[in-house]
Amino acid sequence: MFKVVTKRFLNEAKTICLFEIEAPLVAKHAQAGQFVIFRLDEQGERTPVSVAGYDREKGTVTVMVQAAGRTTKMLHTVEEGDYITDFVGPLGKATEMEGLKKVCVVGGGVGCAIAYPIAKEMHARGIDVTFIAGFRSADIVILKDELKAVSDKLIMCTDDGTYGEKGFTTQYLKQEIDANIAENRPQFDRVIAIGPDIMMKFLADVTRPYGIKTIISLDPIMVDGTGMCGGCRVIVGGETKFACVDGPDFDAHEVDFDSLIKRAAFYKDEQDEAAKHICNMTGGKRNG
Amino acid sequence: MANMKMEKNPMPEQEPLVRNKNFDEVALGYTPEMAIDEAKRCLNCHNMPCRTGCPVSVRIPEFIAKVAEGDFDAAYEIVTSTNSLPAVCGRVCPQEKQCESKCVRGIKGEPVGIGRLERFVADYHMSKEDKEPVKVPESNGHRVAIIGSGPASLTCAGDLRKMGYDVTIFEAFHKAGGVLVYGIPEFRLPKDKVVAVEVENLKAMGVKIVTDAVIGKAITIDELLDDEKFEAVFIGSGAGLPQFLHIPGENLLGVYSANELLTRVNLMKAYRDDYDTPIKRFNRVAVVGAGNVAMDASRVAKRLGAEHVYITYRRGRDELPARKEEVEHAEAEGIEFNLLNNPVAIIGDENGHVKGIELVKQELGEPDEKGRRRPVPVEGSNWVLDVDTVIIAIGTSPNPLIRSTTKGLTVTKKGGIEADEGGRTAREGVFAGGDAVTGSATVILAMGAGKTGAKSIDEYIRSKNA
Repeated sequence: MFKVVTKRFLNEAKTICLFEIEAPLVAKHAQAGQFVIFRLDEQGERTPVSVAGYDREKGTVTVMVQAAGRTTKMLHTVEEGDYITDFVGPLGKATEMEGLKKVCVVGGGVGCAIAYPIAKEMHARGIDVTFIAGFRSADIVILKDELKAVSDKLIMCTDDGTYGEKGFTTQYLKQEIDANIAENRPQFDRVIAIGPDIMMKFLADVTRPYGIKTIISLDPIMVDGTGMCGGCRVIVGGETKFACVDGPDFDAHEVDFDSLIKRAAFYKDEQDEAAKHICNMTGGKRNG
Repeated sequence: MANMKMEKNPMPEQEPLVRNKNFDEVALGYTPEMAIDEAKRCLNCHNMPCRTGCPVSVRIPEFIAKVAEGDFDAAYEIVTSTNSLPAVCGRVCPQEKQCESKCVRGIKGEPVGIGRLERFVADYHMSKEDKEPVKVPESNGHRVAIIGSGPASLTCAGDLRKMGYDVTIFEAFHKAGGVLVYGIPEFRLPKDKVVAVEVENLKAMGVKIVTDAVIGKAITIDELLDDEKFEAVFIGSGAGLPQFLHIPGENLLGVYSANELLTRVNLMKAYRDDYDTPIKRFNRVAVVGAGNVAMDASRVAKRLGAEHVYITYRRGRDELPARKEEVEHAEAEGIEFNLLNNPVAIIGDENGHVKGIELVKQELGEPDEKGRRRPVPVEGSNWVLDVDTVIIAIGTSPNPLIRSTTKGLTVTKKGGIEADEGGRTAREGVFAGGDAVTGSATVILAMGAGKTGAKSIDEYIRSKNA
């Protein structure tokens, strides 16, 4: 059993919630870019979620979770002091940052929660970080202060212009790359893009003509997270990889996005159906 | 006077067309009367050939003699003196290749139903209400870490605990049991009634079990030895890595590894409405491969409501690698066998979903190095079997996680950890056994390796502290 020591909603709309979980074994080696798998209770499914932070002294790991399906909606009803049954990790490989000097980190929606610890670690290592954070609208914006603290330049944008700049992350990424060229500044030696699959696909298209190596973080369907089930197969450079052990980071210019997007939707019907059956009386607590 | 009937007492079973719609256990077990009658078929041979066929050397004629007398408690004591998981072995051991293959009664007629008797004895003990509490051996203060909680690890842990060691098992999943919980289906090996009881027994003996602990990620073997002060480590992490065919279409939607299907259903209980893990409904399923795992996967698919489940296998009936009993059970439940057919591609529709599997017919040619006749494709015989789901069950190999994060281990060509006959690896203080060493094999061979490992660990720690 793993104790929830902190719970805090990160935006007005309460779509994304931070949980700090007591898990010393996970906290010991957790690094930016890795993920954990949690299970709410005995009947729960195993659900992967990225590491958003860790405190090795306290033995805690932070995750930031968007309520999307049944499990994540139910997680949002868990309170401080409650316990969840399982919390296992750290899984996958940490994000590579050896030798980098200037990086643009792009986050879309809840992807910012995953991108944040990467930017934080890079910033701490003295890497120049430009952070582009995109959201649909102002009510779901998260981590305003935190992102500012870990980036040398921060661009926040919303699709509808209700917060920050108006527009999409793709256009601001292109703008920054072009500005580096026009003003004769060093170009980004890496772009890290984390967000919806479709956003990452378009971001990859932006960087491809410039030849800037672009890394994306994937969160496909998986069961065990240790290479056992093969459910998280992705095609990268024509080869089949397991996102859980070979990733979750992959070269965006090598990933077969079409198969990735189809795979992610495989259980959509089942998930939609399951999400309908959340108890209204308990607000989502199974045995509440 | 021995019972000279030629045949074993048949195993009572659920009717095939009833059981292929539920997940309850197929084989129902002997009654005491059947067990006594079957036990009387044993000739109590002086040289005990059956015992030489058992990887954990169960004292077979002795326990059977006690069953014949109706002293089931004494029989249980004898079985468990060398086998810590009798309810499991009685159900899933390939007895026909082991103990029963050596039985003198099998020369003319059927061998004694040793497996069925072992299961009876174990089940009898489990169902007893006034069991004596498990003895907790006194600790000798020496700590041993065990990686994984499948049959090799559980056996190793039990044996070491009995010798007095302070044993901690680290399991990556949320439940202990390894392949016994994620791999073998409920209808062959009940999880709560059998596996959980065996695990609880070990805990009652004082074995500590840490679940949700991925060794190599959360903590490495080096840290277990150097920081956590374990004196020895036993790696029993199994063979969890699924093999794929590497044919076109293998990443289409509706292609599963047997591991994924079985884990969703067995461990995560996707077949039950009260559990959240989803499973796709399917109608026409091709299972590639014909080992025990393929039989399990096909029978699971049938129980989940598939109208047609086809085993596709490139060799013929005589070469089927699964146990005869599993093949017979599958056939009785309506699994269809497409023998001498090798898949060359999986075909998808415009949405990327499986709609068929392309097979090419095979003929059997010359025997290979193992003596099995080699399949040879018949040119131009390609055809397409309409299916909406393909399950790949062609074997598994050891997971690289441990070997890639532990210093000083050597590995075999197939990715297994190299260990000598005593389970000693190239690294001092690190032992290994079961599928992690051999690649996928059987529960009982893994248990044998766990036993050997425990013995070697005991010798090692004694010699170090001498």
